[in-house]
Order: sequence, then C-alpha cells, then structure tokens
Amino acid sequence: MTDHYQDTCPMPQSELIAEYFMEYRAQLLDVAAFLDRMDRSVEQDGEDDFRYQALLESIQVLADGQPGRVERMQMILSDQDTRLLEERDSISAYGAADASQQRARTEAEPAGD
Amino acid sequence: MQYIDMHAHMVSRATDDYKAMSLSGCVAVTEPAFWAGFDRVSVDVFRDYFNRLTEFEPERAAKYGIQHYTWLCLNPKEAEDRELTHQVLDIIPEYLDRPNVLGIGEIGLNRVTRNELESFKDHVKLALQYEQPIHIHTPHLEDKYKGSRVIVDTLLAMDGVTPERVMVDHAEEHTIPFILGNGFWTGLTLYPTTKASYQRAIDMIERYGPDRIIVASACDWGPSQPLAVPNFIYEMRRRGHSEAAIKKIVFDNPREFLSQSPKFDLHEEMMPLKLNA
Repeated sequence: MTDHYQDTCPMPQSELIAEYFMEYRAQLLDVAAFLDRMDRSVEQDGEDDFRYQALLESIQVLADGQPGRVERMQMILSDQDTRLLEERDSISAYGAADASQQRARTEAEPAGD
Repeated sequence: MQYIDMHAHMVSRATDDYKAMSLSGCVAVTEPAFWAGFDRVSVDVFRDYFNRLTEFEPERAAKYGIQHYTWLCLNPKEAEDRELTHQVLDIIPEYLDRPNVLGIGEIGLNRVTRNELESFKDHVKLALQYEQPIHIHTPHLEDKYKGSRVIVDTLLAMDGVTPERVMVDHAEEHTIPFILGNGFWTGLTLYPTTKASYQRAIDMIERYGPDRIIVASACDWGPSQPLAVPNFIYEMRRRGHSEAAIKKIVFDNPREFLSQSPKFDLHEEMMPLKLNA
C-alpha cells in the first residue's frame, strides 16, 4: 500500500475545471456566507467556540498552497490524544476537539490479554 | 452495474429502499448490528434484534432479488455497559450457525473509553474463538483518528488476529494509510455530511490503489442514502475510470472479502440481473 499523490487523477486539470468548477465555486461561497453570517449575528457569543475556531484554522489550509490539504484539515479537526477516557462523557461526537475540556484519561493498554 | 452494499442497516429502511436498490443493481447487502438511536435496556431486546436480522430481513430482501447477510454484536455506543455486553456476548453463539450470519460486527469504539475497549477486545476474542470474520466501526468525527489508532494497535497486539479477515470501516484521509498499511481491509462510507463524499472516496482510491477497499452506503435511520453506491458508480464514470476499475470496487472487492466466510455465496438465480450480463 503506497500513497501515490502525483499523477493519480485520470482527468486533465482543464477537464477537472470544466466538470467541477461550478460545484466548488458554490461550496466556497457557502463557506464565505457562513462566516459573514457569524459576523452579522445578533449575538456575538460563539467567537470562542472550539468548533468555530477549528473551522477558522482549517480554512487557512485551503490557501497555503501545500499538498495533503484534506489530511491536514482532518487532523486540525481531530482529537489527537489517544489516551482512553475513563468513562463515556457523551454519546455523540462534536466535529472538532475541545482542547479546553480536561477529561479524565488513561494511557491505552492495547496489548491483548 | 451489479454491486454489493457491504454496509446497510436495512432494519431502519422501508421496503421501497430494497426495491430501489434492486433496480439500481444491488445483488447483496451485509447488515452489521448497530445502535438503535437509544441505549437498549436488556439482552432480550438483542434477541429480538438478532432474530429480525437473521429471519425477517433476509426474507424481505429476497423478494427484491437481494441476498441479505448480517454481522452480530453489541455495538460500540452501548459497549460502555459491561454487564449488558457480557449478556449479549453470551447469546451471540446461538446465532452464529444461522445461514446469513457472516461474522462479528460492527464492533469498535465510540468515545474511546476504557470500557469500550474492553468490550471491543471481548468481541474480538469471541470472533477468534468461533473463527469468524470481523467487521469494525471506527468512531465519528474528532474521535476518528484516535479511535482508529487504538483499534489498529489493539488488533496488532492480540494473538490470532489475521488482518486479511478484518474490515476496519469508515476510513477517511487521515486514517486510511495506517489501516491499509497494516494489512486490514477498509471501507469508505458514502455519507452526505460526515465520513466521505463520493468525490473524496474516489480520491482515496486513486491515491492508495483499489486493493482491499470497499465502498458502502451505511444507510440507516440518520442522514444517509441507500443508493449511495450507484451514485458512486456514476461519479467514478464521470471522473473517467473504466468499467473494470469500478466493478472491482463495488463488486469484486466485497465478494473477495466476504467470501472468506463459507456462508457468503451469491446465488445467480436470485439476481434480477445475471452476473456478467
């Protein structure tokens, strides 16, 4: 299993643009509109929300010109602390890691017994 | 094009979905046991659930020419309850000989807790004891990376685990390298919001190659699309991939992985469209 990054998409760039430009133009405008909506909100009470902060950090990746954008955005949006939680704190995930929350964790002991 | 949907929670879907899937080329589904949207209160509820998965659903699917297979377990979201986990583990062997049961799944982790990991290891041991293939759920969203890491490390440390007999599902860009790199099969889940879009799934196949990768709808009671696989086929064609390359992902690969269970046998006469048609 090897990650071949270059030359793996069978479509020429010109065809990718012709086929997909309108879809991603629309998606990008939706992101911009969401950020504007946050600015226009009647209650400015979410600026520090960990999900919004992770989104803003992820957006920086879009324009940095470096490859592997998706993986890098995924890691920004991930909890990278692999220690186990002592007990279930929530039934569902949130979409971004809350670094400010100090949850009880222990080192994973993955060895079989 | 004929396809196999490797992951579909048909108990949550209407019969109309079976018909639509059949019309779009689906010849078989495999249905892992999963979370009902709430934590269940007793082992008897799991008996009802396992009976439905092994009796009612295969009959409902067969009416539309779809072969229905299943995987049994107590899912990761309920695995925090160790007492219930032990009770469910005790009854699973009663069902393993039923003709549509392929193995143990979808086990795994949810919030990556100590109890979840113990319940996961208990299920793996059961699978090894009864020589069953394993289907694994990896956590959602921000828990995906750490949960997948813990799952892979745990499996590699356990005696007797054969990676080729294990599907580590719901991979994304930041987890697929170490899942495939350690010899496991993996699944790309085609969801409208979370997990992978059609385009991102195709990107991952282009980058990591077509071997040991399967796509699936994972359609259930949440936002999901029972016709995700035919939509994926359409997007693969749009991207310029050959019919043979598409067939490998949606038919050949799942058949290869699932055929590790002697019970998986595509009956050509059941199919609305003949093989090789």
